[in-house]
Amino acid sequence: MDNLRIPILKIGDILIASIQVALHDASAVQFKDDLLQKIHDTRAKGVIIDLTALDVVDSFIGRLIADIAAMAGLMGARVVLTGLQPAVAITLVELGLELPRVLTALNLEKGLAMMQRMTNEESDDGAE
Amino acid sequence: MAQSKTAVIRSDLDIVIARTMARDMAKALGFGPIDQARIATAVSELARNIFLYAGTGNVTVRDIERGSRKGIEIICEDQGPGIPNIDLVMQDGYSTSRGMGMGLPGAKRLMDEFDIKSKEGEGTTIICRKWRN
Repeated sequence: MDNLRIPILKIGDILIASIQVALHDASAVQFKDDLLQKIHDTRAKGVIIDLTALDVVDSFIGRLIADIAAMAGLMGARVVLTGLQPAVAITLVELGLELPRVLTALNLEKGLAMMQRMTNEESDDGAE
Repeated sequence: MAQSKTAVIRSDLDIVIARTMARDMAKALGFGPIDQARIATAVSELARNIFLYAGTGNVTVRDIERGSRKGIEIICEDQGPGIPNIDLVMQDGYSTSRGMGMGLPGAKRLMDEFDIKSKEGEGTTIICRKWRN
């Protein structure tokens, strides 16, 4: 069976992936691979992963997101997670998965603003 | 009216099917959205354990009553290798393979009652329950 592919959109230096359906494990791993490849291909500085539509994030997906953030970081891209539902935030913490090193924002709009602030600061630093 | 549904776990796709089944039943039984997420997430962890360690097994969800309390019961059964040391796998952070040592203790925290029986070479049965407030 073909894996479901999550579309990854590019706006300027930022990639946006909105996960709209429940991911099974293989399609989640496919998403990680696709996203890292796309960071490489586009030289993106930031990635926003929007989880608004997900009503369950179990330890496998939570761990995968933490991995993606760490791997993207090694490639010079920041990851911001947006749109976690209250129930998802509660179950993640109760599971013991607090994603301490993953940046988050309430929704896609705030995530974009956060990302733009960070990438602007970095280009300012670079100009000095 | 007693309801019972079973999902057979054979692949990672079935993990999603099992947790969707559990969420739908939790919703039908009147659990709120946060408990629905807890129940669905616990089923996801337990079904993944079956898939990773036993290969195949069953997840059954059913409604239960105890006195005036109503709830949901999840029964996970497999005929896999069994768990030699249950205390060890119930510790946070313990993992033997691709798991991450969060599955069983995490599922236990998300549910109200959690009972695990396992015999080496014969399989594992986990029964857990969540009561409606």
